Amino acid sequence: MNIFESFRISFRSLLANKLRSFLTMLGIIIGVGAVIIMVSIGEGTNQVVTQQIQSLGSNLITISPGAVSSGGVSQGSGSAQTLKMADVDSINQLDAVAAAAPSYQGRYQVAVAGKNTNTTVTGTSANFTQVKSWPMLSGRFITDDDVTNGTKVAVLGTTTVGNLFGNSNYDPVGQMVKINNVPFTVVGVLSSKGASGFQDQDDAVYIPINTYRSRFLGGKSRDSIQQILVEAKSADQINQAINEMEFTLRQNHKLGFTKPDDFSIRNFADILASAQASTQTMTLFLGGVAAISLLVGGIGIMNIMLVSVTERTREIGIRKAIGAKERDLLFQFLIEAVTLAVLGGAVGVAIGYIGSGNIGNLMHTPTSVPLNAVVLSVVFSAAIGIIFGVVPARKASKLDPIEALRYE
Amino acid sequence: MIRIENLRKTYATGDVEVHALNGVNLVIDEHEFVAIMGPSGSGKSTMMNVLGCLDKPTSGTYILDGIDVIAASQNQLSEIRNRKIGFIFQSFNLLKRTTALENVELPMLYAGGSAKQRHEKAAYCLELVGLTDRMHHKPNELSGGQQQRVAIARALMNDPAIILADEPTGNLDTKSSVEIMSIFQQLNDAGHTIVVVTHEPEIAQHTKRSVWFRDGSVSSDEPVAERRFAEGPDLQLTRHQERKGEGA
Ligand SMILES: Nc1ncnc2c1ncn2[C@@H]1O[C@H](COP(=O)(O)OP(=O)(O)OP(=O)(O)O)[C@@H](O)[C@H]1O
Ligand SMILES: [Mg+2]
Repeated sequence: MNIFESFRISFRSLLANKLRSFLTMLGIIIGVGAVIIMVSIGEGTNQVVTQQIQSLGSNLITISPGAVSSGGVSQGSGSAQTLKMADVDSINQLDAVAAAAPSYQGRYQVAVAGKNTNTTVTGTSANFTQVKSWPMLSGRFITDDDVTNGTKVAVLGTTTVGNLFGNSNYDPVGQMVKINNVPFTVVGVLSSKGASGFQDQDDAVYIPINTYRSRFLGGKSRDSIQQILVEAKSADQINQAINEMEFTLRQNHKLGFTKPDDFSIRNFADILASAQASTQTMTLFLGGVAAISLLVGGIGIMNIMLVSVTERTREIGIRKAIGAKERDLLFQFLIEAVTLAVLGGAVGVAIGYIGSGNIGNLMHTPTSVPLNAVVLSVVFSAAIGIIFGVVPARKASKLDPIEALRYE
Repeated sequence: MIRIENLRKTYATGDVEVHALNGVNLVIDEHEFVAIMGPSGSGKSTMMNVLGCLDKPTSGTYILDGIDVIAASQNQLSEIRNRKIGFIFQSFNLLKRTTALENVELPMLYAGGSAKQRHEKAAYCLELVGLTDRMHHKPNELSGGQQQRVAIARALMNDPAIILADEPTGNLDTKSSVEIMSIFQQLNDAGHTIVVVTHEPEIAQHTKRSVWFRDGSVSSDEPVAERRFAEGPDLQLTRHQERKGEGA
């Protein structure tokens, strides 16, 4: 019998039991739909995280005091006070470094007449805008003179402008603001970076690093730096820059050969990679959970096909008595199982597409349906049809015609 | 056509062995019309199932149309059932939810051939048994006699070497039974070899030779003395013969 006839017979018997066929398919529909929705949420999250991290600057390298870990014991990165202004100056001289800026951060109350807000205040230097590739909206940024002289000038982010002056489009250059009760003159406003999920980068105030240290820090921490932000000349030179910096810092800190680093260098490409790895794990996990429901759908197909074979024992007997070969019956039942699975898979993909869009809107998470997930689900459901269809189909094809005809 | 020697079929049910066929010897030639008779449980159905290649005997020889059936594989048996044998059951065994035409088409579906060829041949076979107007009816829309005629049309589909019928009239009233026997007689006159199992002597009287079974073996084998001729519509089988002659 040609395969086309096998298809015709199989489709007819599926259509003869529409409700049952649909319910059987439902397992696969839900399974594939779930896989697509889950994977699309994972993919969407991954893309957002990637975008956010890239918006922070992809050539960016950060140096923090204290080793990430030494001999397996964390030394509490950032708690040590090993980085000095001299380190920033020598890093600025390195070949692979475009610019380096110091940073010291804290949360303080910022106030203008009648209004106040709590925000992140960062002490930094003139290089900051270059390192972060962050243009000004109005006025100017901190200059080298401001740092040297410890002047009381401040640069605001647009959100802070809005919080203090009631309107983020207001130009406050020349106004006075009090930071932790110390009066500062506003000299510029940074352009808006936009909210980036984790934090609002525009809710910030920048002042000269020396001013920050003399006004807000006391004791030993006065001449230390919390973090150094470095921009490599290009993405290709990131590793070179890291090597140069490590060498220079070890020299500056007079570390012997056996001593571990007393600082840690982090590169945004690494942060990106680790963030992507963690969202990928999430995607895999979600997809895996959903794949289990696909498996359950497959078992559902096998179950129904076994029932169907038993129910149609007499039909099988008649077909065999008339001359159907084992292969004919094997194909007939296998095609039924695969049709259920593939059709279910296709509907599942459609529902997955629609569902992932809706759920994305509902949960305010972006979703993205990757093509390979679609192809994989359909191939996977066809495979499930074959795997779980083979047992019932073989059972049908091996039935003894006499026994089958006697079956009531 | 058929040569059977010392055929045995033993069922082992639990501890008891049932010898359903206990050394049967039988030769059936081409163009014969044989009735198999005998008491219930004497092995008639078992014999038919073996003849129809539906069941394998425990031991013995069975040659059908020159083929050694005992040595055939499952696949070859399917092929033999499909091309050499037209089997008619007491309970019709038509596919439910499938029209008469499609039921009749089935054997050629498994034999191969184009859809057009299949439709034409099936329509022709239904015409032979006088059911052209019931072509698109499903089995549950047909009377018992009509269903059995559909089954006969199906049996004729692949021009089998032999037609086997196990109590074909067992579920039918006298009128329908006579109609069926009329068809068989005309098919036999047209050259078909036919073996019929029956309990009823009147039915057996329509055949040419009656073989009696007792306890799994042949107890008597003689020509039918006073042969009856059934009244029934003329199938115009001369046309059938011409068709066969053309090899269609
Ligand atoms: N599958 C089976 N398992 C065990 N014994 C069987 C089986 N089939 C038939 N038999 C036995 O074989 C013997 C012959 O049965 P068979 O059906 O051939 O009789 P029969 O002549 O057709 O009877 P009837 O006229 O009632 O149809 C019986 O004793 C029966 O019980
Ligand atoms: Mg019987």
